[in-house]
Amino acid sequence: MSKTQSCVHIKKEWDIVGARQMGREKAKELGFGTVNQARIATAISELARNIYLYAGTGKISYEVVNDMNKLGLKIIASDDGPGIADISKSMEDGFSTSGGLGAGLPGVKRLMDDFDIESEEGKGTTITAIKWVRK
Amino acid sequence: MPESLRRIVVENSDDISKSWLEEIEKKKEDDYTSTISNELYQTTNREFVNVIFSSINRQRNTTALNDFSERLINLGWPLSYITDGLQTFRRVTIDFILSQSEKVDSENLSRILSVVDDWVEPIINQLVNEYSGSWENTVSLQRLALQELSAPLIPVMENITIMPLIGTIDTERAKLIMENLLEGVIKHNSEVVLIDITGVPVVDTMVAHHIIQAAEAVRLIGATCILVGIRPEIAQTIVNLGIDLSKFPTKSSLRKGFNTALKITNREVVELTKEKEKELTAILDSLK
Repeated sequence: MSKTQSCVHIKKEWDIVGARQMGREKAKELGFGTVNQARIATAISELARNIYLYAGTGKISYEVVNDMNKLGLKIIASDDGPGIADISKSMEDGFSTSGGLGAGLPGVKRLMDDFDIESEEGKGTTITAIKWVRK
Repeated sequence: MPESLRRIVVENSDDISKSWLEEIEKKKEDDYTSTISNELYQTTNREFVNVIFSSINRQRNTTALNDFSERLINLGWPLSYITDGLQTFRRVTIDFILSQSEKVDSENLSRILSVVDDWVEPIINQLVNEYSGSWENTVSLQRLALQELSAPLIPVMENITIMPLIGTIDTERAKLIMENLLEGVIKHNSEVVLIDITGVPVVDTMVAHHIIQAAEAVRLIGATCILVGIRPEIAQTIVNLGIDLSKFPTKSSLRKGFNTALKITNREVVELTKEKEKELTAILDSLK
Protein backbone atom coordinates (compact mmCIF):
# COMPACT_ATOMS: atom_id res chain seq x y z
CA MET A 1 0.00 0.00 0.00
CA SER A 2 2.69 2.44 0.92
CA LYS A 3 6.03 3.27 -0.56
CA THR A 4 9.04 5.55 -0.20
CA GLN A 5 9.63 6.05 3.48
CA SER A 6 12.10 8.48 4.94
CA CYS A 7 12.62 10.02 8.32
CA VAL A 8 14.19 12.88 10.25
CA HIS A 9 15.56 12.41 13.74
CA ILE A 10 14.66 15.00 16.34
CA LYS A 11 17.46 15.73 18.78
CA LYS A 12 17.89 19.50 18.83
CA GLU A 13 15.47 22.36 18.45
CA TRP A 14 16.74 23.05 14.95
CA ASP A 15 15.84 19.53 13.85
CA ILE A 16 12.23 20.70 14.00
CA VAL A 17 13.02 23.06 11.13
CA GLY A 18 14.62 20.22 9.19
CA ALA A 19 11.60 17.99 9.79
CA ARG A 20 9.08 20.46 8.51
CA GLN A 21 11.26 21.48 5.58
CA MET A 22 11.33 17.84 4.54
CA GLY A 23 7.55 17.58 5.04
CA ARG A 24 6.95 20.65 2.94
CA GLU A 25 9.12 19.27 0.15
CA LYS A 26 7.30 15.94 0.16
CA ALA A 27 3.94 17.71 0.19
CA LYS A 28 5.03 19.81 -2.77
CA GLU A 29 6.12 16.71 -4.70
CA LEU A 30 2.74 15.10 -4.10
CA GLY A 31 0.98 18.14 -5.51
CA PHE A 32 -0.47 19.73 -2.39
CA GLY A 33 -1.38 23.41 -2.71
CA THR A 34 0.32 26.12 -0.67
CA VAL A 35 -2.36 26.16 2.02
CA ASN A 36 -2.11 22.42 2.58
CA GLN A 37 1.68 22.61 2.45
CA ALA A 38 1.50 25.16 5.26
CA ARG A 39 -0.94 22.92 7.15
CA ILE A 40 1.33 19.91 6.85
CA ALA A 41 4.43 21.91 7.79
CA THR A 42 2.65 23.34 10.82
CA ALA A 43 1.39 19.92 11.92
CA ILE A 44 4.90 18.49 11.64
CA SER A 45 6.22 21.46 13.57
CA GLU A 46 3.78 20.74 16.40
CA LEU A 47 4.56 17.03 16.48
CA ALA A 48 8.30 17.56 16.30
CA ARG A 49 8.16 20.19 19.02
CA ASN A 50 6.20 17.82 21.24
CA ILE A 51 8.93 15.23 20.77
CA TYR A 52 11.63 17.80 21.54
CA LEU A 53 9.78 19.19 24.59
CA TYR A 54 8.46 16.04 26.23
CA ALA A 55 10.51 13.09 25.01
CA GLY A 56 13.82 14.79 24.20
CA THR A 57 14.53 12.62 21.18
CA GLY A 58 12.47 10.81 18.60
CA LYS A 59 11.80 10.82 14.90
CA ILE A 60 9.38 11.98 12.25
CA SER A 61 8.78 9.56 9.38
CA TYR A 62 7.15 10.31 6.06
CA GLU A 63 5.27 7.87 3.92
CA VAL A 64 3.45 8.27 0.65
CA VAL A 65 0.23 6.29 0.92
CA ASN A 66 -1.88 5.13 -1.97
CA ASP A 67 -5.19 3.80 -0.77
CA MET A 68 -8.29 3.17 -2.92
CA ASN A 69 -7.13 5.62 -5.59
CA LYS A 70 -6.43 8.21 -2.97
CA LEU A 71 -2.96 9.66 -2.66
CA GLY A 72 -1.79 11.02 0.65
CA LEU A 73 1.14 11.91 2.86
CA LYS A 74 1.43 10.04 6.14
CA ILE A 75 3.40 11.57 8.96
CA ILE A 76 4.50 9.30 11.80
CA ALA A 77 5.93 10.92 14.92
CA SER A 78 7.39 8.40 17.32
CA ASP A 79 9.41 8.59 20.50
CA ASP A 80 10.38 6.51 23.53
CA GLY A 81 9.54 9.28 25.94
CA PRO A 82 7.37 9.35 29.04
CA GLY A 83 4.14 8.82 27.13
CA ILE A 84 0.89 10.68 27.56
CA ALA A 85 -0.91 10.06 30.86
CA ASP A 86 -4.37 11.07 29.70
CA ILE A 87 -4.85 10.98 25.95
CA SER A 88 -8.40 12.35 25.95
CA LYS A 89 -7.27 15.26 28.07
CA SER A 90 -4.30 15.95 25.77
CA MET A 91 -6.77 16.24 22.90
CA GLU A 92 -8.75 18.97 24.67
CA ASP A 93 -8.23 22.52 23.53
CA GLY A 94 -6.32 24.60 26.01
CA PHE A 95 -4.85 21.72 28.00
CA SER A 96 -1.08 21.87 28.41
CA THR A 97 1.36 20.48 30.94
CA SER A 98 4.14 22.83 29.87
CA GLY A 99 2.47 26.24 30.05
CA GLY A 100 1.93 26.37 26.31
CA LEU A 101 -1.28 27.24 24.50
CA GLY A 102 -2.54 23.68 24.59
CA ALA A 103 -3.54 23.84 20.95
CA GLY A 104 -0.89 21.46 19.59
CA LEU A 105 -2.47 18.01 19.41
CA PRO A 106 -6.09 19.04 18.80
CA GLY A 107 -4.71 21.51 16.28
CA VAL A 108 -2.80 18.80 14.42
CA LYS A 109 -5.99 16.73 14.29
CA ARG A 110 -7.80 19.63 12.64
CA LEU A 111 -4.92 20.41 10.29
CA MET A 112 -4.72 16.83 8.99
CA ASP A 113 -7.41 14.45 7.66
CA ASP A 114 -6.70 11.23 9.56
CA PHE A 115 -5.26 11.22 13.04
CA ASP A 116 -4.32 8.41 15.36
CA ILE A 117 -2.49 8.43 18.65
CA GLU A 118 -0.99 5.54 20.57
CA SER A 119 0.75 6.06 23.85
CA GLU A 120 1.77 4.07 26.86
CA GLU A 121 3.06 5.68 30.00
CA GLY A 122 6.77 5.18 30.39
CA LYS A 123 7.07 3.53 26.97
CA GLY A 124 6.57 6.30 24.45
CA THR A 125 4.16 7.77 21.98
CA THR A 126 3.40 7.22 18.30
CA ILE A 127 1.21 9.65 16.45
CA THR A 128 0.10 8.99 12.89
CA ALA A 129 -1.51 11.63 10.76
CA ILE A 130 -2.48 11.58 7.08
CA LYS A 131 -3.36 14.36 4.68
CA TRP A 132 -5.04 13.29 1.43
CA VAL A 133 -4.49 15.05 -1.86
CA ARG A 134 -7.84 16.38 -3.04
CA LYS A 135 -8.47 15.64 -6.66
CA MET B 1 61.55 -2.68 12.48
CA PRO B 2 59.72 0.64 11.95
CA GLU B 3 62.91 2.17 10.53
CA SER B 4 63.51 -0.62 8.07
CA LEU B 5 59.90 -0.49 6.99
CA ARG B 6 60.12 3.23 6.61
CA ARG B 7 63.17 2.81 4.42
CA ILE B 8 61.40 0.26 2.23
CA VAL B 9 58.40 2.50 1.82
CA VAL B 10 60.38 5.67 1.15
CA GLU B 11 62.71 3.95 -1.29
CA ASN B 12 59.80 2.58 -3.20
CA SER B 13 57.68 5.67 -2.92
CA ASP B 14 57.35 5.89 -6.69
CA ASP B 15 55.76 2.47 -6.98
CA ILE B 16 53.44 3.04 -4.04
CA SER B 17 52.43 6.45 -5.34
CA LYS B 18 51.72 4.96 -8.72
CA SER B 19 49.40 2.28 -7.45
CA TRP B 20 47.78 4.73 -5.02
CA LEU B 21 47.13 7.20 -7.83
CA GLU B 22 45.60 4.42 -9.91
CA GLU B 23 43.25 3.47 -7.07
CA ILE B 24 42.25 7.07 -6.43
CA GLU B 25 41.66 7.66 -10.15
CA LYS B 26 39.16 4.80 -10.07
CA LYS B 27 37.30 6.40 -7.17
CA LYS B 28 36.71 9.59 -9.07
CA GLU B 29 34.35 7.95 -11.49
CA ASP B 30 31.68 6.85 -9.09
CA ASP B 31 31.35 9.53 -6.49
CA TYR B 32 31.62 12.97 -4.98
CA THR B 33 34.47 14.42 -6.95
CA SER B 34 32.83 14.03 -10.36
CA THR B 35 32.39 17.78 -10.75
CA ILE B 36 36.08 18.51 -10.31
CA SER B 37 38.16 18.86 -13.46
CA ASN B 38 40.53 16.02 -14.27
CA GLU B 39 43.59 18.21 -14.27
CA LEU B 40 42.92 19.67 -10.84
CA TYR B 41 42.09 16.24 -9.50
CA GLN B 42 45.36 14.77 -10.72
CA THR B 43 47.57 17.58 -9.47
CA THR B 44 45.85 17.49 -6.09
CA ASN B 45 46.30 13.74 -5.92
CA ARG B 46 49.99 14.09 -6.67
CA GLU B 47 50.33 16.76 -4.05
CA PHE B 48 48.41 14.67 -1.56
CA VAL B 49 50.73 11.70 -2.00
CA ASN B 50 53.76 13.98 -1.68
CA VAL B 51 52.37 15.39 1.55
CA ILE B 52 51.81 11.89 2.88
CA PHE B 53 55.35 10.81 2.06
CA SER B 54 57.00 13.88 3.41
CA SER B 55 55.00 13.42 6.58
CA ILE B 56 56.17 9.81 6.89
CA ASN B 57 59.72 10.75 6.02
CA ARG B 58 60.26 13.71 8.25
CA GLN B 59 57.88 12.55 10.93
CA ARG B 60 56.06 15.68 11.97
CA ASN B 61 56.10 18.18 9.18
CA THR B 62 52.91 19.95 10.08
CA THR B 63 53.19 23.08 7.96
CA ALA B 64 52.98 21.25 4.63
CA LEU B 65 50.03 19.30 5.93
CA ASN B 66 48.35 22.45 7.20
CA ASP B 67 48.83 24.27 3.91
CA PHE B 68 47.43 21.33 2.03
CA SER B 69 44.33 20.94 4.19
CA GLU B 70 43.71 24.66 4.19
CA ARG B 71 43.70 24.70 0.42
CA LEU B 72 41.33 21.73 0.24
CA ILE B 73 38.97 23.43 2.67
CA ASN B 74 39.05 26.63 0.64
CA LEU B 75 38.32 24.67 -2.51
CA GLY B 76 35.41 23.06 -0.67
CA TRP B 77 36.52 19.47 -1.25
CA PRO B 78 34.73 16.87 0.83
CA LEU B 79 36.36 15.39 3.88
CA SER B 80 35.73 11.94 2.48
CA TYR B 81 38.36 12.66 -0.19
CA ILE B 82 40.98 12.79 2.54
CA THR B 83 39.75 9.85 4.59
CA ASP B 84 39.26 7.68 1.50
CA GLY B 85 42.65 8.71 0.20
CA LEU B 86 44.43 7.78 3.41
CA GLN B 87 42.48 4.53 3.76
CA THR B 88 43.58 3.63 0.24
CA PHE B 89 47.13 4.66 1.02
CA ARG B 90 47.19 2.35 4.02
CA ARG B 91 45.92 -0.57 1.96
CA VAL B 92 48.32 0.03 -0.92
CA THR B 93 51.31 0.41 1.40
CA ILE B 94 50.53 -2.74 3.33
CA ASP B 95 50.01 -4.67 0.09
CA PHE B 96 53.33 -3.39 -1.16
CA ILE B 97 55.25 -4.30 1.99
CA LEU B 98 53.70 -7.75 2.03
CA SER B 99 54.59 -8.33 -1.59
CA GLN B 100 58.19 -7.35 -0.83
CA SER B 101 58.78 -9.69 2.07
CA GLU B 102 58.82 -13.35 1.13
CA LYS B 103 57.07 -14.95 4.04
CA VAL B 104 55.16 -13.12 6.69
CA ASP B 105 53.97 -14.80 9.83
CA SER B 106 51.08 -13.45 11.82
CA GLU B 107 53.22 -11.66 14.38
CA ASN B 108 55.08 -9.76 11.71
CA LEU B 109 51.88 -8.95 9.93
CA SER B 110 50.33 -7.32 12.95
CA ARG B 111 53.53 -5.37 13.53
CA ILE B 112 53.54 -4.13 9.96
CA LEU B 113 49.91 -3.11 10.31
CA SER B 114 50.56 -1.17 13.46
CA VAL B 115 53.60 0.60 12.00
CA VAL B 116 51.64 1.70 8.96
CA ASP B 117 48.79 2.78 11.20
CA ASP B 118 51.22 4.89 13.17
CA TRP B 119 52.13 6.74 10.00
CA VAL B 120 48.65 7.24 8.66
CA GLU B 121 46.68 7.98 11.79
CA PRO B 122 48.36 11.25 12.80
CA ILE B 123 47.76 12.55 9.28
CA ILE B 124 44.08 11.55 9.40
CA ASN B 125 43.67 13.09 12.84
CA GLN B 126 45.26 16.34 11.88
CA LEU B 127 43.36 16.75 8.65
CA VAL B 128 40.03 15.83 10.24
CA ASN B 129 40.70 18.30 13.03
CA GLU B 130 41.48 21.03 10.53
CA TYR B 131 38.26 20.32 8.70
CA SER B 132 36.01 20.17 11.74
CA GLY B 133 37.70 23.25 13.15
CA SER B 134 36.88 25.19 10.02
CA TRP B 135 33.27 23.94 10.12
CA GLU B 136 32.84 24.87 13.75
CA ASN B 137 34.22 28.28 12.96
CA THR B 138 31.76 28.73 10.09
CA VAL B 139 28.84 27.54 12.18
CA SER B 140 29.62 29.86 15.06
CA LEU B 141 30.05 32.81 12.69
CA GLN B 142 26.75 32.04 11.04
CA ARG B 143 25.06 31.75 14.40
CA LEU B 144 26.38 35.20 15.29
CA ALA B 145 25.25 36.61 11.97
CA LEU B 146 21.82 35.08 12.51
CA GLN B 147 21.61 36.55 15.96
CA GLU B 148 22.45 39.98 14.63
CA LEU B 149 19.54 39.99 12.24
CA SER B 150 17.17 38.14 14.49
CA ALA B 151 15.04 40.89 16.02
CA PRO B 152 15.63 44.35 14.54
CA LEU B 153 13.49 47.26 15.60
CA ILE B 154 12.92 50.17 13.25
CA PRO B 155 11.48 53.46 14.49
CA VAL B 156 9.77 54.65 11.29
CA MET B 157 8.02 57.67 12.74
CA GLU B 158 7.59 59.31 16.06
CA ASN B 159 5.69 56.87 18.27
CA ILE B 160 5.50 54.17 15.60
CA THR B 161 8.00 51.30 15.48
CA ILE B 162 8.21 48.27 13.23
CA MET B 163 9.76 44.89 13.96
CA PRO B 164 10.09 42.84 10.77
CA LEU B 165 10.60 39.13 11.46
CA ILE B 166 12.15 36.90 8.82
CA GLY B 167 12.79 33.18 9.10
CA THR B 168 12.25 30.55 11.72
CA ILE B 169 11.57 31.56 15.30
CA ASP B 170 13.07 29.27 17.94
CA THR B 171 13.02 29.72 21.70
CA GLU B 172 16.28 31.67 21.78
CA ARG B 173 15.07 34.06 19.14
CA ALA B 174 11.67 34.41 20.76
CA LYS B 175 13.40 35.58 23.93
CA LEU B 176 15.42 38.13 21.93
CA ILE B 177 12.28 39.38 20.21
CA MET B 178 10.58 39.98 23.54
CA GLU B 179 13.61 41.76 25.03
CA ASN B 180 14.29 43.95 22.00
CA LEU B 181 10.62 44.77 21.65
CA LEU B 182 10.17 45.98 25.22
CA GLU B 183 13.50 47.77 25.30
CA GLY B 184 12.75 49.47 21.97
CA VAL B 185 9.27 50.57 22.98
CA ILE B 186 10.69 52.33 26.03
CA LYS B 187 13.70 53.75 24.19
CA HIS B 188 11.81 55.12 21.20
CA ASN B 189 8.81 56.06 23.29
CA SER B 190 6.56 54.15 20.91
CA GLU B 191 2.81 54.16 21.12
CA VAL B 192 2.31 51.53 18.46
CA VAL B 193 4.54 48.60 17.52
CA LEU B 194 3.96 46.67 14.30
CA ILE B 195 5.23 43.08 14.27
CA ASP B 196 5.57 41.97 10.67
CA ILE B 197 5.53 38.18 10.16
CA THR B 198 5.49 38.16 6.35
CA GLY B 199 8.82 36.34 6.35
CA VAL B 200 8.00 33.74 8.98
CA PRO B 201 7.44 30.46 7.13
CA VAL B 202 5.48 28.55 9.77
CA VAL B 203 3.37 29.85 12.63
CA ASP B 204 2.79 26.99 15.02
CA THR B 205 1.49 27.16 18.58
CA MET B 206 4.93 27.90 20.00
CA VAL B 207 5.49 30.89 17.71
CA ALA B 208 1.93 32.11 18.28
CA HIS B 209 2.38 31.72 22.01
CA HIS B 210 5.53 33.85 21.96
CA ILE B 211 3.88 36.53 19.82
CA ILE B 212 0.86 36.63 22.15
CA GLN B 213 3.14 36.96 25.15
CA ALA B 214 5.17 39.71 23.50
CA ALA B 215 2.01 41.61 22.57
CA GLU B 216 0.67 41.23 26.09
CA ALA B 217 3.94 42.54 27.54
CA VAL B 218 3.86 45.49 25.15
CA ARG B 219 0.29 46.23 26.30
CA LEU B 220 1.46 46.17 29.91
CA ILE B 221 3.95 48.96 29.29
CA GLY B 222 1.24 51.05 27.70
CA ALA B 223 1.72 50.56 23.98
CA THR B 224 -0.34 48.82 21.32
CA CYS B 225 0.93 45.89 19.33
CA ILE B 226 -0.39 45.20 15.82
CA LEU B 227 0.40 41.92 14.12
CA VAL B 228 0.81 42.40 10.38
CA GLY B 229 1.80 40.34 7.37
CA ILE B 230 -0.48 37.39 7.98
CA ARG B 231 -0.59 35.48 4.73
CA PRO B 232 -3.80 33.64 3.80
CA GLU B 233 -2.33 30.16 4.39
CA ILE B 234 -0.97 31.24 7.77
CA ALA B 235 -4.40 32.63 8.69
CA GLN B 236 -5.94 29.26 7.86
CA THR B 237 -3.45 27.26 9.88
CA ILE B 238 -3.92 29.60 12.84
CA VAL B 239 -7.69 29.05 12.66
CA ASN B 240 -7.18 25.28 12.35
CA LEU B 241 -4.91 25.26 15.35
CA GLY B 242 -7.58 27.12 17.27
CA ILE B 243 -5.26 29.92 18.38
CA ASP B 244 -7.02 32.97 19.76
CA LEU B 245 -5.41 36.13 18.43
CA SER B 246 -8.42 38.34 19.13
CA LYS B 247 -6.76 40.18 22.00
CA PHE B 248 -4.82 42.49 19.70
CA PRO B 249 -5.41 43.90 16.23
CA THR B 250 -4.09 41.99 13.22
CA LYS B 251 -3.76 43.10 9.62
CA SER B 252 -2.91 41.34 6.39
CA SER B 253 -0.25 43.78 5.26
CA LEU B 254 2.25 46.19 6.71
CA ARG B 255 0.57 49.05 4.83
CA LYS B 256 -2.81 48.44 6.42
CA GLY B 257 -1.19 48.06 9.81
CA PHE B 258 0.67 51.30 9.33
CA ASN B 259 -2.55 53.14 8.49
CA THR B 260 -4.14 51.78 11.65
CA ALA B 261 -1.09 52.88 13.61
CA LEU B 262 -1.46 56.39 12.17
CA LYS B 263 -5.10 56.45 13.23
CA ILE B 264 -4.22 55.37 16.74
CA THR B 265 -1.66 58.15 16.98
CA ASN B 266 -4.20 60.65 15.55
CA ARG B 267 -2.47 61.21 12.25
CA GLU B 268 -3.29 60.61 8.63
CA VAL B 269 -1.63 60.58 5.26
CA VAL B 270 -2.61 63.61 3.23
CA GLU B 271 -1.95 63.84 -0.47
CA LEU B 272 -0.81 67.22 -1.63
CA THR B 273 -3.23 68.33 -4.33
CA LYS B 274 -2.33 70.75 -7.08
CA GLU B 275 -4.23 73.59 -5.43
CA LYS B 276 -2.48 73.17 -2.17
CA GLU B 277 0.80 73.07 -4.01
CA LYS B 278 -0.15 76.33 -5.70
CA GLU B 279 -1.00 77.85 -2.36
CA LEU B 280 2.31 76.71 -1.03
CA THR B 281 4.25 78.15 -3.94
CA ALA B 282 2.30 81.38 -3.53
CA ILE B 283 3.28 81.54 0.11
CA LEU B 284 6.85 80.72 -0.72
CA ASP B 285 6.90 83.35 -3.46
CA SER B 286 5.54 85.99 -1.12
CA LEU B 287 8.34 85.23 1.27
CA LYS B 288 10.99 86.01 -1.29
